[in-house]
Amino acid sequence: MSQYRPEGISDVFTEPTDPGEQRPVVQGIGLTGWLRWAWRQLTSMRVALLLLMLLAVAAVPGTVWPQRAQSPEKVVAYLTDHPSLGPVLDRVGAFNVYSSVWFSAIYLLLFVSLVGCILPRTKVHLAGVRGRPPRAPRRFGRFPAQGSGTADDTPEELTRRATAVLRRGWRLLPFVPTYRVETRDEGDGTWSVAGERGYLRETGNLVFHLALVGLLISVATGQVLHYRGQMIVVQGSGFANSQGAYDTFERGTAYSPSSLVPFTLALDDFESRFDPETLASRDFTAHVTLTEPGEKPQAETIKVNHPLDAGGAKVYLQGNGYAPDLTIHDASGALVSDGPTPFLPQDQVYTSKGVVKVPDVTDGQDQVGLIGFLLPTKKTVETPNGPAYVSQFPEPNDPVLVLNVWKGNLGLDTGVPQNVYELDEARMTQVKDADGDPVILVVKPGETVELPDGLGTLTFNGLKRFVALDLRHDPALVYVLVFALLAFAGLATSLFAPRRRVWLRFTPAHDEGDDRSSRRTVVTAAGLARGDDVGLQPELDRVLAATLAQHPDGEANDGHR
Amino acid sequence: MDTGDLSTLLVWAAATAFTVALVAYAVDLARIAERSQRVAQPAMVGSGGGGPVSAAAGSADQRAPSRSVRAEGIARSTHLLGIALLFGGIVLRGFAAGRWPTANMYEFTLVAVFWATLILAVVQRRRIIAFLSVVVMGLAVVALVVALNWFYIQADAVQPALQSYWLVLHVGVAIAATGIFTVAFGASVLQVLKSYREEGLPENAGRVRTTVSGRRFSWLEQVPSGRDLEAMSFRLNAVAFVLWTFTLIGGAVWAEHAWGRYWGWDPKEVGTFVAWVVYAAYLHARTTRGWSGRRASYFVFVGYAVVLMNFTVVNLVVTGKHSYSGL
Repeated sequence: MSQYRPEGISDVFTEPTDPGEQRPVVQGIGLTGWLRWAWRQLTSMRVALLLLMLLAVAAVPGTVWPQRAQSPEKVVAYLTDHPSLGPVLDRVGAFNVYSSVWFSAIYLLLFVSLVGCILPRTKVHLAGVRGRPPRAPRRFGRFPAQGSGTADDTPEELTRRATAVLRRGWRLLPFVPTYRVETRDEGDGTWSVAGERGYLRETGNLVFHLALVGLLISVATGQVLHYRGQMIVVQGSGFANSQGAYDTFERGTAYSPSSLVPFTLALDDFESRFDPETLASRDFTAHVTLTEPGEKPQAETIKVNHPLDAGGAKVYLQGNGYAPDLTIHDASGALVSDGPTPFLPQDQVYTSKGVVKVPDVTDGQDQVGLIGFLLPTKKTVETPNGPAYVSQFPEPNDPVLVLNVWKGNLGLDTGVPQNVYELDEARMTQVKDADGDPVILVVKPGETVELPDGLGTLTFNGLKRFVALDLRHDPALVYVLVFALLAFAGLATSLFAPRRRVWLRFTPAHDEGDDRSSRRTVVTAAGLARGDDVGLQPELDRVLAATLAQHPDGEANDGHR
Repeated sequence: MDTGDLSTLLVWAAATAFTVALVAYAVDLARIAERSQRVAQPAMVGSGGGGPVSAAAGSADQRAPSRSVRAEGIARSTHLLGIALLFGGIVLRGFAAGRWPTANMYEFTLVAVFWATLILAVVQRRRIIAFLSVVVMGLAVVALVVALNWFYIQADAVQPALQSYWLVLHVGVAIAATGIFTVAFGASVLQVLKSYREEGLPENAGRVRTTVSGRRFSWLEQVPSGRDLEAMSFRLNAVAFVLWTFTLIGGAVWAEHAWGRYWGWDPKEVGTFVAWVVYAAYLHARTTRGWSGRRASYFVFVGYAVVLMNFTVVNLVVTGKHSYSGL
């Protein structure tokens, strides 16, 4: 049978050459054109090897240079720090390695090569699985595993016994035969048995490679259909799952808004625990109320390793912090701002930075901007310029707000989108005291302070918690998992399932004279495996021993069954 | 002294035991080299004195299995003692921290050394392969001392991101794979040396080949054949590769739980992926005409280097989501 085999593979049964059974060498590819040649090259093992190593090398730059997909801010910083080298690197895709043309080209070529190699092999294997074990070769002398013996029984009887021995199943799966067996009457009273096992090895190999293709397709499908949003939810408030509710939202090209199930989620409470000595975090738990459309509200918790399933998506707890609840009246006593403002933690002790913008003042007055820090547990340190405050513990044991005051125009109506956590100081002036030093407000919970320059009053009502949530919907997730597990199972099978051929031949001994007590049958055996197989000779010995076993043993065995 | 200190003490004791084992294996190796040099030059032994003396020397050489029984005894017992001490140290470390002890570089190194030395003991349960032991023991001692001096941090509970059963599965399997890759690497080094020597000296051979074929490497006559070593390295690498694959898949599942994505090209993910690809290339090279044997084992060298870099450089130099060294 002439089989198409991609070039360079040498993992067939490595039969030692025997001058008596030489087969014609497969012809060269001939003048069948460039395309055919290129295809042969691409699907050859050497090129596959080259592509694998290229893939390994090409993946490295992504850890050397910052990546836009993971940390865009670091890319911006790198570009500012390296004004000449940066843009060149950017042009060759050093900041988008894993979506760059060259990286994609390598893995796509690799997968084309894989498919070109695997599909023909699948065809060959499917034919092989239906086939019978090859008949016993004439000479056994050249095989890596050999054995011999003599027996009193007739060749027919021994053939029957050897067949039973080879077909005997595994101890754990007694009904699945290990060997596929073919017996043959070779004439002159000689019988031979041919057994083959381990079709699973190639099956596993093919399953592994095809599963990799499935994995790639699943991942790509997920990329196209997914959506992902991030938002900050303050204790006591909630959000509805709609694109506008997110602070940031990204989606695949084929995402449909209908996959956004309109559930609502509210943050009721948040618990955190820290190690008192090392300040390392020990536990974060968000207690939320989830209301799926058409269902009753349900109390749920979200923890770091335990995302919440909501509306076909998963909601992850990605961050947390404090939101001081502030009430601000302007100079004319009108209530202009009321409610919690998230302050973003900057370090391990939750020194949190935040901005309060007060745009809706009574006509004619200056808009107010407050910028400063929240210290959850304050500690006073003496400095040459007087006492200063730092935070010493992440829990709110003794919180204090330290604020600078700006007045003027916040610039919210300029049409330029603003970061809510930063103050645009272009049209504002910092409020200073009589000595020309910036005014610093220090406020504790429950306190009301006068804003300088008669700007009004500020009341610090208390602290609320906030959580940063990350919501992700990827409909292909289950396929990614299934193909990954298939690949794993296929890989393990292809590496550990032994592929062996075993032959036994029973030849009647030529009785000479009246030596009737001599053994009547000469037994020879040989084994061949794919690749290195330390278990081959022991298995052949076992089969031979079981076949030659005298009646007491055989009967004892039969008796147990 | 609390449980954590006792654990550290046991680890130091294990490092000491392994050092003694390393010296004993090295003595064994030296003895093997000495003997095989003498065997290689029978004329010098036999030509000197009279009949009885040379006959006695010759028969002694034949009787002695050309290795030092005492050194092997010491090596074997201190090797096993070290494994037991290290195991005790790891268990106590877990008790001191109140969790599974695979959460930082220090613990990772301890458990990886445990696996490597255990696999080494299993591989040579019948016959000591002195050179392999010297390579693996050397790596083990260096790793333990580096861990104790530079990776050590106080035993403590872990941050919320690590509070998952995947800490046992994902990290545990990654550590076992690293340990097995280490032994396989040793076997591959030995295989390359041996196969050079087996081939003999071609014309205009390089310096390495000349040295390996020379007298100083005559101990190589005593190690298993290049083909056997290749088979051993392959079997170990195959097991470790399957475990490494599980590390990747389990890591992706955990990342999906903890970070909200199964793959994000985090530096550690990239390193693990690169190592996986290199070892995959190794498995392919083995079955490629013209690449099997010694050339395939070069992939093992590259792969093992990537595994080590992925552990050290990525943990200590690069910042990523896997920054759990605690340093």
